[in-house]
Amino acid sequence: MTLESVSAPAKVLAESVPIRFLDPQIEMAHGAGGKASRKLVEGLFAPLLFGSSPGPLGDAAQVDINGTKVAITTDSFVVNPLRFPGGSIGELAVNGTVNDLAVAGAKAEAIAVTFVLEAGLPTPVLEAEVRAMARAARDAGVRIAGGDTKVVEHGKADQMYVTTTGIGRPLPGVTIDPCSVRVGDRILLSGPIGDHGITILLARGELDFDANLHSDTRSVFPLVDALLRAAGPGVRWMRDPTRGGAATSLNELARDCGLGMVLFEDQIPVRDTVRGACELLGLDPLHIANEGQFLAVVSPECADAAMNALKSTPGGREVRMIGEVREEPAGTVLVTTLYGGSRIVDMLVGDPLPRIC
Amino acid sequence: MRFVDEFREPKLISKTAEEIRRLAGTKLHYRMMEVCGGHTHAIYRFGLKDILPENIELIHGPGCPVCVLPMGRIDDGLSIAQQPDVIFAAFGDMMRVPGTQGSPLEHKARGMDVRIVYSPSDALKLARLNPDKHVMFFAIGFETTAPSTALTVMRAKAEGIRNFSVFCNHVTIIPAIRAILDSPDMRLDAFIGPGHVSTVIGCRPYEWIAQNERKPIVVSGFEPLDMLQSIVMLLHQLRAGEAKVENQYKRVVPWEGNRAALRAMAEVFQLRPYFEWRGLGFISQSALRINDEHAEFDAERRFAVPGIRVTDPKAAQCGEVLKGVLKPHQCKLFGHECTPEHPIGALMVSSEGSCAAYHNYEHRKTAMVSLSPVA
Repeated sequence: MTLESVSAPAKVLAESVPIRFLDPQIEMAHGAGGKASRKLVEGLFAPLLFGSSPGPLGDAAQVDINGTKVAITTDSFVVNPLRFPGGSIGELAVNGTVNDLAVAGAKAEAIAVTFVLEAGLPTPVLEAEVRAMARAARDAGVRIAGGDTKVVEHGKADQMYVTTTGIGRPLPGVTIDPCSVRVGDRILLSGPIGDHGITILLARGELDFDANLHSDTRSVFPLVDALLRAAGPGVRWMRDPTRGGAATSLNELARDCGLGMVLFEDQIPVRDTVRGACELLGLDPLHIANEGQFLAVVSPECADAAMNALKSTPGGREVRMIGEVREEPAGTVLVTTLYGGSRIVDMLVGDPLPRIC
Repeated sequence: MRFVDEFREPKLISKTAEEIRRLAGTKLHYRMMEVCGGHTHAIYRFGLKDILPENIELIHGPGCPVCVLPMGRIDDGLSIAQQPDVIFAAFGDMMRVPGTQGSPLEHKARGMDVRIVYSPSDALKLARLNPDKHVMFFAIGFETTAPSTALTVMRAKAEGIRNFSVFCNHVTIIPAIRAILDSPDMRLDAFIGPGHVSTVIGCRPYEWIAQNERKPIVVSGFEPLDMLQSIVMLLHQLRAGEAKVENQYKRVVPWEGNRAALRAMAEVFQLRPYFEWRGLGFISQSALRINDEHAEFDAERRFAVPGIRVTDPKAAQCGEVLKGVLKPHQCKLFGHECTPEHPIGALMVSSEGSCAAYHNYEHRKTAMVSLSPVA
């Protein structure tokens, strides 16, 4: 969830808009994509910039320019380390932007990019990232249309940050709206969760264990495109569960539509390596970030067609139907365990912190 | 995943749950305390309450090291780290625990050098990498984590490292169980004994609970099948009128404990005459400090420690919840003033704290949902 992803039209703002964000200072948690991030966006950014009731927040906004609809999104990338198994910041910046547009039902057309560079950054490091960016853009069929560069003093930034703004063409006949979600709808997940977050955690080298794992970063547009072609208007909602993980995305949906999201634990795909790391560190895979997966809610009539279309698209073999929408428990995500028990899964609170014993 | 999936096997679990229902009958009500916070977490995470009969009541015990730490200790630790060139190193569990002026993470946001470490030896590594700074490891935990702190201090001494110290908050489990049993408002039938602590101390230290207090205790693992099997073992004892110490977690817990770990603890620590526990008050001989031979690594002796004592916020009922007298949601602040985002007590912070577990996994489960798979 980012400020830029607010989808409501701009309104004329009164000076007396109530600010509900009362935290005395900004903490790391406000950027972790979970509850604190949402409070910051809803309590401070949205009322001041978008009017007091911005409505549901999506991954990209739609603007209407003289009758032509355009999807727009923006995102910043501050990943550490810059390169990690399976990807790097440059490639992540392009795919992340393409994906935000894709799950809003739009095909990315052009991206503008801003680099914030720390003085002293070796040129080969920068060059490698720019090359990665060019490659990812070519693969995704999107044009890098322009950019900007800022350099800050050594020590005032962590090597390099990348900010992107992407514009996309909304695909015809597609409405992605949490309010269109109905009881009985099915929840699909495009593939295993947690690969990216755990890869990054391990790549930082703070934990004394290795695993054969790489980030799932990729463009999900081909999969989204196949899904929309097969299930069209039956697709109610999509989201790429990045920071905050699948649990946070689904909690936002549950809150926005006022229904219950019931997940079946045995259907949620998680690689053994990720499960093992989560068990050791006391983390929930549902809270771990992804960069190449998406969640979709589809009508029950379209569910089979949607599943088949995704399975037969390259990269979609591991898609699963992980749950369904129910009346109760309203506004909540509930996971039913293998043994007939159940538990609530809340949004991520703060950063995922490993526990000790 | 080996050694995990075997203990989550649905068929065996429903069979064991059936056995529990049969043994528990309907006439009697059983109150069993799970001592360890890890068990509390597992009960909620796996939804075990949903598959247990209503007359088996699980009561959360004091075995969450972060939860039992009084706020003054956090303030003391942070006040040391406020001195120039001190790095505050602690486990992730500690990071969101509130002190009077905020949690370690909030201090970090205000500029304090706070680092998350995954083991005490990582903190020692930090000391080696930062010879110009002093690294203070904020040590917490029961006998589970105390040996690794002890070994780290021994290594620091052997290597002659001067810029490392430990702010020791290690506590011991037996006095806490004794305090619970001495509490007049507590009626318990049996204990689910802590698993990880017992890997170190073994099962013998629990014998007095069976012999003197006539309460059965089963040392249990943390997977669903472990916990259900432990409940079966307790029910067998209760039905037969027995009170024994049994070990369900044999694959990990040796009856005699881990002698090497106990030796390391004996070499580095000494018992404190008394220590304050949140909710339970001062308990004699219930905590460890660094002994005289290793005094140079004792942050409390190296630095001036204010010795802050803070009472918990009046309305908060952490103590009653910690003792198992109240359920988390029966506390006046639960879910309103006290939430995982704005915790007032540590029980709402740690994933092993009963309030956080209850808040995260349970309390909005308003309606029973049918558990049939997707058609």
